[in-house]
Amino acid sequence: MTQVHIEVRDLTMAYDDFIIQQQLNFSIHKGDIFIVMGGNGCGKSTLLRHLLGLKKPAAGEIFYQNANLWEISDAQRKKIMRSNGVMYQSGALWSSLTLAENIELPLKEYTNLAADEIKGLAYLKLALVGLVGFEEYYPAEISGGMKKRAGLARALALDPDILFFDEPSAGLDPVSAKLLDDLILSIQDSLGTTIVVVTHDLPSLFAIGTDAIFLDSISKTVIAQGAPKKLLQECPNPTVQSFLSRGIK
Amino acid sequence: MLKAGFSLNKSTFELSLTEGKISEARIQGDWVMGNVVPVFAEVKQQLQQQQCTQLHLKGEHLGDWDSRFVLFLFELEVYCKVQNIVLDMTGLPDAAQGLLKQASAFPVRESGQKENLQKSFIAQLGQQAQALYKQTLIMLTFVGEVYFSSLRLLRGKACFRLQDLWLIMQECGPKALPIVTLISLLVGLILAFVGAMQLKLFGAQIYVANLVGLGMAREMGAMMTAIIMAGRTGAAFASQLGSMQVNEEIDALETLGISPIDFLVLPRMLALIVMLPLLCLYADLMGIFGGLLVGMTLLDISVVEYLVQTRSALDLNDFLTGLIKSSVFGVLVALAGCLNGMQCGRSSSSVGDAATAAVVAGIVSIVVADATLTVVYQIIGF
Repeated sequence: MTQVHIEVRDLTMAYDDFIIQQQLNFSIHKGDIFIVMGGNGCGKSTLLRHLLGLKKPAAGEIFYQNANLWEISDAQRKKIMRSNGVMYQSGALWSSLTLAENIELPLKEYTNLAADEIKGLAYLKLALVGLVGFEEYYPAEISGGMKKRAGLARALALDPDILFFDEPSAGLDPVSAKLLDDLILSIQDSLGTTIVVVTHDLPSLFAIGTDAIFLDSISKTVIAQGAPKKLLQECPNPTVQSFLSRGIK
Repeated sequence: MLKAGFSLNKSTFELSLTEGKISEARIQGDWVMGNVVPVFAEVKQQLQQQQCTQLHLKGEHLGDWDSRFVLFLFELEVYCKVQNIVLDMTGLPDAAQGLLKQASAFPVRESGQKENLQKSFIAQLGQQAQALYKQTLIMLTFVGEVYFSSLRLLRGKACFRLQDLWLIMQECGPKALPIVTLISLLVGLILAFVGAMQLKLFGAQIYVANLVGLGMAREMGAMMTAIIMAGRTGAAFASQLGSMQVNEEIDALETLGISPIDFLVLPRMLALIVMLPLLCLYADLMGIFGGLLVGMTLLDISVVEYLVQTRSALDLNDFLTGLIKSSVFGVLVALAGCLNGMQCGRSSSSVGDAATAAVVAGIVSIVVADATLTVVYQIIGF
């Protein structure tokens, strides 16, 4: 069994009194591509915000390699948060900065590398996602798929331990979505990064997922857990089955 | 993978020429962002001296590494390709090789760099002139569209929601009262104060009432409220319409066959045409009240005396001139705000630009229109 990277114990997520999910228990192992799936409005993105440390749980604990995220000091939590890379749904690139500057900003902020080297690293990250030649473009000047890839390049800027993706394939054509999937796989393959993906895109989650949880909005908890392909074959739960077998049965 | 500065091993890149023209490089230590790593330029010099045709990289003693190492390899790979040196990286971690492969997997876009050529002064001037011409055309088109839309409104065929009009009127009318109160009271006070100092010399303090009354009613009331509204409401209009442009809401209206001018610009313009004169009237009274305060405290003029003097100095026409002005200003503020909002680009920073442009255009056009109207009034003796 590989090492546990993130562990979630009895997590309850709520906005004020409105409970979104409760009694969540799962662990994400090092090097996994972990899929968080479920229908619209079941709390996938909220779970992501909790895992990232952006929102405090209503109850329960989140551990990053034995460090309880909400019991350690603010400075330590910030350090953990910094070792996470996130690709937001629409890229969330800073619109007043060029693509290269978007990647250089975290590097300038958190490393003491020379300007040349930072430039080189930004170039390398853009090369990794196939955006060489677009260094001086502003986010408004490139297409949606390119924005996502640029968002991925920025997420990779600080060589994160864990990469989070919020709906990576939403709004992408099948070819671009496949390209992004391949990118995720090759980054996982070469860096061994733990990857957490929030998605309900079936082709993508079957292609890349090594482990998954299924959040249900009615019972408000995890109703299935395991590799997506295995869930499709073995999970008896009708909700999970109808979710995973769209277009098959 | 970010590591603190301590407990890192020195990273080195040792080149040695073996048999023939084959070089070997032993890579050691931690190649991470927090460490000092060899500079590629120095390695390049060594390589040039050795003039090898093959380069084998040995990474048995490589410690921790991150993107910095990959960047070094990336530069090395590019250099070797240019110099026709066969680069053998099989002695390096698979992951590093994988990343390198990924980085060169995509074709490099040849014409990728944006043109950033320094243009000559004449060319710049020409471009500016063309841009100005285009901008003027866009503005005139917009004014024309608003004109036709107003005609549709008169025929009762313009399509907008009365509810919107009502909300906008509330937003730019009653909600602006506090700031209009403060500003116009102070303007009245300042006018009275400046006038009092001079008029006192002639023992004609009582004419402060004339000065403040006429000044507020004919000029300052309309002008100050319009400038406040340009900053407050004009900017709001521009950013509302601008973010609608970003969200493609305006496109959605157009595809449904609803004119965005009718639906968005008309209610905003109507609201300002109605509310600005009302605010202006209120500002006039507040300004006169400000003058009264100075008269009472500084010049020992009684309330009744001051008010009687004000009444004798003003007739209805004076208020009317101000009110007409403020209606015109209302149209200008609304046009400046809406035009810049509708023209907004598709990024979030362009919304800010639109708001700025709206305020600047609003204030400039208010002052220009005020000067023009004052001259026109003078000529027709209004």
